Amino acid sequence: MSEKLSLQDIILTLQHFWSKQGCMLMQAYDTEKGAGTMSPYTFLRAIGPEPWNAAYVEPSRRPADGRYGENPNRLYQHHQFQVIMKPSPANIQDLYLDSLRALGIDPSEHDIRFVEDNWENPSMGCAGVGWEVWLDGMEITQFTYFQQVGGLEVKPVASEVTYGLERLSSYIQDVNSVFDLEWAAGVKYGDIFGEPEYEHSKYSFEESNQDMLFKLFDTFETEAKKQIKNGLVHPAYDYVLKCSHTFNLLDARGAVSVTERAGYLARIRNMAKSIAKVFVAERKKLGFPLLKDEELRNKLLKEDK
Amino acid sequence: MSHTFLLEVGLEEIPAHVVTPSVQQLKERVAAFLKEQRLEFEKIATFSTPRRLAIKITGVADKQKDVEEEAKGPAKKIAVGKDGNWSKAAIGFSRGQGMQPDDIFFKELKGTEYAYVKKFIAGKTAAEILTGIKDAVTSMIFPTMMRWGNNDFKYVRPIRWLVALLDEQIVPFSILNVQTDRVTQGHRFWGTQIELKNAADYPQALLAQHVIADATERKKMIEQQIKKLAQQNHWKIVVDPSLLEEVNNLVEFPTVFAGNFAEKYLDIPDEVLITSMKDHQRFFYVLDQADKLLPHFVSVRNGDGEHLEKVIAGNEKVLTARLEDAAFFYHEDQQKTIADYVDRLKKVMFHDKIGTVYEKMQRVQSLSKLLAASLDEENKLTEAEERALDRAAEIYKFDLVTGMVGEFSELQGVMGEKYALLMGESPAVATAIREHYLPNSSNGELPESKVGALLAIADKIDSIGAFFAAGIIPTGSNDPYALRRQALGIVRIARTRNWAFSAVSLQKMIEQNYQNAPELYSNIKPTKNAAEAVSFIVERLKKLLGEHEFSFDIIETVSGVETNSFVKMSQSAKILKKHQADADFKENIEALTRVLRLAKKASSDKLERVEPSLFENQAEKDLFEAVSQIEGKDSSLEQLYAALSSLRPLIDNYFDETMVMVDDERVRANRLTQLLSIASLTREFGALDKLNVK
Repeated sequence: MSEKLSLQDIILTLQHFWSKQGCMLMQAYDTEKGAGTMSPYTFLRAIGPEPWNAAYVEPSRRPADGRYGENPNRLYQHHQFQVIMKPSPANIQDLYLDSLRALGIDPSEHDIRFVEDNWENPSMGCAGVGWEVWLDGMEITQFTYFQQVGGLEVKPVASEVTYGLERLSSYIQDVNSVFDLEWAAGVKYGDIFGEPEYEHSKYSFEESNQDMLFKLFDTFETEAKKQIKNGLVHPAYDYVLKCSHTFNLLDARGAVSVTERAGYLARIRNMAKSIAKVFVAERKKLGFPLLKDEELRNKLLKEDK
Repeated sequence: MSHTFLLEVGLEEIPAHVVTPSVQQLKERVAAFLKEQRLEFEKIATFSTPRRLAIKITGVADKQKDVEEEAKGPAKKIAVGKDGNWSKAAIGFSRGQGMQPDDIFFKELKGTEYAYVKKFIAGKTAAEILTGIKDAVTSMIFPTMMRWGNNDFKYVRPIRWLVALLDEQIVPFSILNVQTDRVTQGHRFWGTQIELKNAADYPQALLAQHVIADATERKKMIEQQIKKLAQQNHWKIVVDPSLLEEVNNLVEFPTVFAGNFAEKYLDIPDEVLITSMKDHQRFFYVLDQADKLLPHFVSVRNGDGEHLEKVIAGNEKVLTARLEDAAFFYHEDQQKTIADYVDRLKKVMFHDKIGTVYEKMQRVQSLSKLLAASLDEENKLTEAEERALDRAAEIYKFDLVTGMVGEFSELQGVMGEKYALLMGESPAVATAIREHYLPNSSNGELPESKVGALLAIADKIDSIGAFFAAGIIPTGSNDPYALRRQALGIVRIARTRNWAFSAVSLQKMIEQNYQNAPELYSNIKPTKNAAEAVSFIVERLKKLLGEHEFSFDIIETVSGVETNSFVKMSQSAKILKKHQADADFKENIEALTRVLRLAKKASSDKLERVEPSLFENQAEKDLFEAVSQIEGKDSSLEQLYAALSSLRPLIDNYFDETMVMVDDERVRANRLTQLLSIASLTREFGALDKLNVK
């Protein structure tokens, strides 16, 4: 590489690469969430028999990881580049390595390893098997074959590739602090995100209104449950995401005791599980339209559950 | 002519810790398959990398062994009709075996003659048989199994290619949509796929493709490169065997390299640096000749030496980021006091059903006092030790809420010691804080300090008591809080230190502690499941004795009295084992167990003490005097054994002369009381009636 890719170049390169592999380029989903997996483009679409290939950038908020913009690698909000392909292609590892080549990373000049890391998100009833990918000792990607989402078996299996954009970019641009990353020509990451990092950390750790957050959690939960009953999957799921983010804010504040914590996570999990079931039922009512294999489609539509 | 067969299962990267056991499993399954199929071979060699599990079988026979077997048919009198011709039954039988009636011969079995035929089954060729090896591959079991694509089939990771060659021939079968072939894959980045002409070309053919398929050879390469690096630099590189095994299974072609980190990070405690390198980055750490940690690390690249400088720079950067974090925590943690941390433990749950860590510390603080007070004269704590124990027990979990332990949980205790010293605690307190976690494995080292040993027992017995009281009792392999390991730890520490704790005395102290301060047991009642907790601990001693090759009946005997200390139980086992071979062992024990059996009949009818005025014969007097002498002496267990053995003629004589269960209530009670006093002496050895003297 003669000229270093800016962070937005990196995003553009990945988008271009994965769109050529048949992925739809989605946009970031507009509700707060802790990880790209929680976007409905992954969480909901991973469930059920329909194929789904998508790629998108997802800003992910983790209030407890905020460091007032002072730690070079820890952030209240970071960016994930998320790729989901269902069913998992036989050459998914090769595709991934080609995406690194597209970014100017020649694997034979580095040390790339697939190190076992099985992924779990108990609060969403999710579990998968896979690796973290190490580039010269640095974890740059989480690579997962989903086995379970929302408590349901994932069938066919979806493969998820999640790049940590800040980490990957720090490596490519060779900077020690994410705030020194070049987002676009002449504009640094810190110029854009330094102030929000400080403010969100200050808010999450010191200023948030706990009473309001506790009330909001209950309110969002009530609404989510009601809309699950109405079969309105997407509005219901938005409220589950809000519950999850509200819980994360309370957790960052240390407002949730260890005992209560398990209880809140179980409440979120139960909603996520109900939504997963309703989603499949609703897609079935629509006739699994994304399923192009007519024979399989008719067979599944006739099945009784 | 003999043949060579190669089977290679190509996979996406297998978890490092699964590689070696898996290829062993494959070998065993294949060997079992060949045996069942009667296909002879000389040897199975194994090969494994992160991406492949392979076996090469040499000396494979041309075909299965032929088999000749006799099949039994009807009795002769049924097989041959009255006319002397074959009956329908005989014709049916021979046809059923694929033969003619004329093939039938007769043989006697238990006095009756039966019809038989000799069947000859020609062995199938090796090529035919080996297609069935597919089952050995698909029936493999792994710690974590997964599905992929559209399949329901589960395996360790997706299967990407299969090689099955008998010499030059492909042995055809397929798993899912992967068909066996002669094509194998080289290194991901340093090789290409190649065609194998012959099974015998494996694994040499992979060398040019930067794959060292022989795991043992690969490991040797790593060791040699490390050794060379150490010699060149006058370093000591610490090669932990389990790390070496893991690293070996993360690479297909190893190149060892060294990197550096800034000297300023050497201010961080060694344990933190080593954890960062070893556990997080899979690096080996480096010492100088005086065993001082140096600012270097050693790692293994999966590939050749080209562009190694980029790899080194990347790894250095990652380690630096980690050490920067560690340095931050090390500094930040020291800005607070131990009191701050202890206060925060009021909010940290030990377990939902039990209470907070702070409550646990308070329980252990008063419990450790009871334990110390119960020690006999020669083991008593000095005043300074008492103060250290009290202080250590008051704060010993404080490091759990430091930033460093939050980040490196495996350093709990270790950081506690470091921080305690930095924050002005005495070395005795600091050491005890670290040592209370010991032993942390079944053979792990024990606390070296007395204070640490007492705190370790107090902490462990509190955990066992609390979990049992909360109804969280280990079952089978389910022991999430490692209570078995903790019980074993208690037993091992008490035995090593010659402390007279028994499972019962420890439980009693918990109950005493509960009586003294019930508010520390807000969610639990330690009297609940107390008997189970006691047996649970005794069970660990029994296991330990079993490992030292004591027989089942000796173990049952010595553990039969749960109030006996672990030390006493162990001594008793040794003494009984030693005397088991004595010529008079059987008689001595039988005399004593006779006493025990009768003594059991004494329930309410016993006296305060034996009353000599009620004796009716000389034998009673003699036994009484001998027993009184033993009771009066403070003898060792060995001496007690000798003394009890010497009672045998007196006991025999006593039973010859004396009827115990007489009608006179006072006389009967007096005699039972005499027997009980002997029984009570034997209980020092356990329940002697469980000894097998047949």
